[in-house]
Order: sequence, then structure tokens, then C-alpha cells
Amino acid sequence: METRRTDIVATPSRLPLREILLFLALLAAVLGVYAAMGSAYSTRMLVEASCYAILALGLTIQWGYAGQFNAGVMGFVALGGFSAMFFSIPVNEAFWGSELPGELGLVLLAMLAAILVVLGATRLDRLGVPKRLRTVIAVVLGVVLYLVVINALRDVTDQIESQAGFIGGLGLPVGVGWIVGGALAGAVGFFIGRVCLGLRSDYLAIATLGIAEIIKAFLKNSDWLTRGTATVSPLPWPVPGPAEVGFTLARAMYLSVTAVMIAVIFFLLSRAYHAPWGRMIRAIRDNELSAAAMGKDINRRRLEIFVLGCILMGIGGAALGSFNSMFDPQGYLPLNHTFLVLVMVILGGPGNNLGTIFGAVAVYLIWIMSEPLALFVMELVVAFGEGTFGWEAPTNMDSRALQARVFVIGLLITLVLRFAPKGLLPEKVRHVA
Amino acid sequence: MNELVFFINNVVIAGSVTGSIYAIGAVGVTLIFSIMRFAHFAHGDMMTFGAFMVLLLASAFPGAGAAFGVPAALVLLPVAMALTALLAVGIDRAFYKPLRAHGVKPIVLVIGSLGVTLMLQGLIRLFSGTGGQSLYVDDRKEIFRLALPFEGVRVPVVITEPQLWLFGITLVTVVGLHLFLTRSRLGKAMRAMSDNPDLAQASGINTNTIVAVTWVIAGGLAAIAGTLLSLDVTFKPDLSFFLLLPIFAAAIVGGVGHPFGAVAGGFVVGFAETLAVFNWSVLLRPFRDSLPEWLTQAGNLAFVGTEYKIVVPFFILVVILVWRPTGIFKGKVI
Repeated sequence: METRRTDIVATPSRLPLREILLFLALLAAVLGVYAAMGSAYSTRMLVEASCYAILALGLTIQWGYAGQFNAGVMGFVALGGFSAMFFSIPVNEAFWGSELPGELGLVLLAMLAAILVVLGATRLDRLGVPKRLRTVIAVVLGVVLYLVVINALRDVTDQIESQAGFIGGLGLPVGVGWIVGGALAGAVGFFIGRVCLGLRSDYLAIATLGIAEIIKAFLKNSDWLTRGTATVSPLPWPVPGPAEVGFTLARAMYLSVTAVMIAVIFFLLSRAYHAPWGRMIRAIRDNELSAAAMGKDINRRRLEIFVLGCILMGIGGAALGSFNSMFDPQGYLPLNHTFLVLVMVILGGPGNNLGTIFGAVAVYLIWIMSEPLALFVMELVVAFGEGTFGWEAPTNMDSRALQARVFVIGLLITLVLRFAPKGLLPEKVRHVA
Repeated sequence: MNELVFFINNVVIAGSVTGSIYAIGAVGVTLIFSIMRFAHFAHGDMMTFGAFMVLLLASAFPGAGAAFGVPAALVLLPVAMALTALLAVGIDRAFYKPLRAHGVKPIVLVIGSLGVTLMLQGLIRLFSGTGGQSLYVDDRKEIFRLALPFEGVRVPVVITEPQLWLFGITLVTVVGLHLFLTRSRLGKAMRAMSDNPDLAQASGINTNTIVAVTWVIAGGLAAIAGTLLSLDVTFKPDLSFFLLLPIFAAAIVGGVGHPFGAVAGGFVVGFAETLAVFNWSVLLRPFRDSLPEWLTQAGNLAFVGTEYKIVVPFFILVVILVWRPTGIFKGKVI
């Protein structure tokens, strides 16, 4: 066979004019922010933007590579943040010195045993128990054991709250928390994916929206684990903190850590994208039926990519949580941690990693800068209204002005979908005539 | 007997209230799902918008209710329904129709509807502020306390006026929708389009009209649900975001595309929520002499705390997706 397979030859190289222009504009904007706001503030913005870029890369492989829409990025970010907090903060002697860890361990063991018993009950039909009876037994066992375990857990956690405050951290290096955060997010993603990925894509969006709220509710109300609304701070950094080397330098070092992470993720993702695995993923996205006819295991590939995306979100969320140096479950908002990431991906170019990173930095810059802008515009409107029509401005104008940003994000999503569905830097797909 | 009254107040009445609201919301969602084939995430905010319109109108005409002897909000509800229906059709023309014309996948419409959600939320908060406000601008909320005619019952069954209205309006809406879908020409055309859009178009049904009619119905229903919910509690701009999951769960439980299934699903989810947060040890109290000690000693037999209420619809959703994705009434597998 001498015919060259056109689908595996590299795209003819051209000068990437569009990319260069867009990134130059972005660089100019970042330099402008440095000039206007000072280096400590601007470096903080860049670190946060780089953490968001990791989240956006996670979403871009789910949405751009595989066409799965995850509406619950916030939940995975919060899991990552929790893990970063739990592994890195110092050990709480008041908890570990008492008999409480043993009791908590016993309850967790009982929980595990209960799960195993119920799982065993669902297999009773293999022993000749009628299926209907098996279902009844499994459900009754599940309800009873659940109540027993949850009551025991409530007792122990109440004791922990009254005696030790909360269980504290593990005092391990920060990186451990980041990796485990990714693993936790991946495990939750696996569970959701198993349930929803064989079904219509809308169901995945609904389920992820729900799991995000559940994770947030859990972290907010589990005072024994996270101190809930009392928040935990400060979280250690993987690099020397601002107290030792000053704000700008510490943040710049943090930025170098996240930049290396982005570079590694970017490299691995491009390798995967151009590998046979990546081609298979895109084939499934573009034509599910023919991919299935070629013998590809569609649901398995989908699950792989969904879990991979969730892992990236967990890691990004952990990096973001450590950088904020405070774990506040109430600070996780759908707007800031789901929809902002969504805008980054669809504006930058779903399926194009470079475009996603561009979108992440550009959108975050606009988002941060829009706060003073919104307040300024609102003041103008109020002044105009008072001068011309004699309005009486409500007192809570500031909080209302910030709501205008919600509107702008929504408008941006709909406009991009309508007029630039492929984003500013579209995914380059080579079509063979 | 006091325990029984407690049960009625906290489960039967509360479950019926949430169930009715979920049911009306889920009917709208399921209609949009079956005609336009996408999960309409902005439905919750259309509800908030309807309630907000009622709030604005009731503040503008606080005396409107006195003429009829009902709360002003209810008299003005039809106007708000019309406005919300108009908004729904407008949103469709401006945002969804161009996407449909491009022939995008349904999931892109879902993302578009999330964008619309944010826009509506932003607008409502911009104009109403973020705090809560009562829809009873100039009237008083009537509370009925029905004492049961038994010995030793001290606690009355408590039901409020808006809850009674809620039950009545839900019943009227469901029956009306049933008659519309089964008897009228337009309703039959809607069902035809939901079964097979291509065939419906080929047999001379104007699909654009059907889409518009669907939005009018969905908008009107959303306004009803939002207003009744705000009457029962208070109006808050973020009221709706937490309704999305239960409403979608209800629509899927009932089988997508089945208005009656959605009503049943709404009550299933509503009752499941109230049953799950109800503390069952209250019901054991009368029998404490004849029960083993370990059972009576268990202080709290609620399945989940109220702060974890949102777990219940999610759990139902997961169970139904695993066990029977078509819903209990065999909806479409779409």
C-alpha cells in the first residue's frame, strides 16, 4: 500500500498568525494590568488565571474532545480544594490525642462492612433466592444499616466537634493533597459517569449540576471535617510564602509551579490528542454510530475521558485552594467556578488546548477587571438617573452592580454559541476531500 | 394522636405543597423536552421571573385583591403568566431558534439555556436586589388551624391560605392541560410532534406554531409555579436554582414527554424529600413502652438532615437512571 494516509500526516505548517496576534494582544493587556495595578496584584491575578487554565483544560477535553457537558465543575474544584486543605494543614493534637480517632475508624469500618453486606445481598439470587425477594432483602438491609451507621457517625462527629473542634489535617507536603484531590474528583467523576454516560448527554449535565451542590452542602455542613462556615486558614504553599520572601516573589514562585503543571498537562494532552486514542475519541464525538460500527467501546472511552477531565479539575481546584490560603466551602459558587470556566472554554476554542489557555487568561482578566468597571458604570447610571429623572437610588447599589456581571457572562455564553461556536481559536480538524 | 398530627403537618401537607410545585414545574420541563428535545435549564429562572412580575404588579396595584376578596398576587397572576409566556417566546426567538436553525446538537441548546439562566438571574437581581420579599404586599396571609375532634389532641392541623390555593390551582392546571392535549387540535398536534417531528411536519402541522405554543404553555406554568412557591414562602431571586434538580428528577422519574408522569414524578420527589427529612422517632414515641430499648433510644431517625435535602432528588435521579432510564411511565429514550 503506497497511498499515504492523509489523516495521519501533519497539517501543512503555516504561520499561526491568528494565534500570534491573539497572544500578543493578551500579553499587552497583562502588561497593561501590571502597569496600572502594581506587580503583587497582577501576579496574583496571573496565578489564579493559571489555576483556572487547568480547570479549563479539564473541561475542554470533556466538552471539546468528547462532547460531554459537565455543569458541575464547582463540585470537583471544591473537592480538590478540600483535599489540599486536609492533607497540608498541621495535625490537630486535641483530636489525635483522644480516643476519638479509634471511634471514627470503627464507624468507617462499619460503613464499609455495611456496604459490603448490602452488595452481597444484591447477589443473593446466585444462591437461588428469588429475584423479587432478593430486591426486598437488599432494600430493607440497606435502609436499616444506613440508619444504624449514620446514627453512629452522627454521635462520633458530634463528639469530635465538641471535644476537638475538627479533626485537623495530616501535615503532609502540599503536593500529596493536590494529587489526592485529583484522585477524589476522578472517583466522583467515575461514579457519575457510570450512571449517566450511556444515556443522553442532557442527563450528564443535570447529574453533574446536582453532585456539585451536594459536594458543596457536604463540605459546608461537615463541621467536624472542614470546620464548615468557620473556614480553615492559612493553608501552606508548596513554595515559600509571602511572609518569608514578600508578596510578589512568593506569588511569582507559585506561578512558576502552576505554569510547569500547565506545560506538562498541555504536552501530555497534545500527545494523547494526536495518538490513536485521541482520534478514536474524536471519531466517537463526531459520529457515534459509525464509531460503534467500527467496534469501538463507546461508553468505556467516554468514561475514560470524563474521569480524566474530572481529575484535572480536582488538581486545578487544589492548586486554587492552596493559593487562596483559606478553605471556605461557601466561597464555591456556580458562577465563579462553573460558568466562568465554561465561558473560558467556549470562547477560547473547545478542543484546542492553546485556545483554552488563551481563553482562561483572557476571560479571567476581563472578569477581574469588570468588577471596578461595573461599579463605575453603575455610579454613572445612578448619577444620570438622579440628575435627569430624580430617581432615588437603592442603598445596596454595589451588590447590585456586581449582579450585572452575571448578566454579561450569560450574554457572552449565548453570543459565542450563536456567532462563534468554535471559539476564537478553533480546533484544527483536517478534512480529507 | 399528637404525633399523628405532627406527621400530617410535616409530611402530608408539606409533601403535597412541594410536590405540587415540582409537578407544575416538571410539566413545563417535560413539554419542552419532548417538543424541542433539550433539557431547559432556564426553567427555574422563568419561574422566578413570573414571581417577580407578580411582585412588581402587586406593588403597583396593592388594592387589586380586595375587590375579589383574594390576595392581590392571585388576581394579577394571569397578567404575570402572559408576560412570562411572552418572555419565553421572546427568548426562544432570540436565542434558541438561531441555534436550532444551525442544526446544533441538543447539548449546545442546554448550554445556551444556561446562558439564558445567568442573564435572567442577573437581570432579576439587578432590579430586585438579593434579599427576600413577601408577595403579600397589602394583604394578610390567612392561617387555618383545624383542631381534630379527638381526645387529648392539643396540636391543630395547620394549613395556610396560599397552600389551599396551590392545591386548587394545581388541580385545575393539570385537568386543563389534559383536556388541551387530548381534545384540542393544537394539543393533538403537539403530541404528534413530540412522537415524531418529521412525520408531524410532513402531515401538514406547522411546527413553528407548535414550538411557540409550547413556550407559551411552559412560560405560563412556570409563572404559576414560581408565584405559588413565593406565596408559600417568600420571593427570593435565587429561589429557583435549587428547584432545578428536583424538577428535572421529577420529569425523568415520570418519563420524559409524559405530562401526567411529570405530575406523578413531582409528587414522588416532593414526598420523598419530606419523608427523608422527617424524624421517624416521633412516630415511635407513643409505643415507647412496648418497643425494645435500643430502638427508642435512637434519638434521630431522619434519613438525612434538612441541610442535605438536595441529596434526595439526586438519589432518586440516580436510581431511576440506573434502574429504568425511561421513567416509571415508559417515556421516550431520548
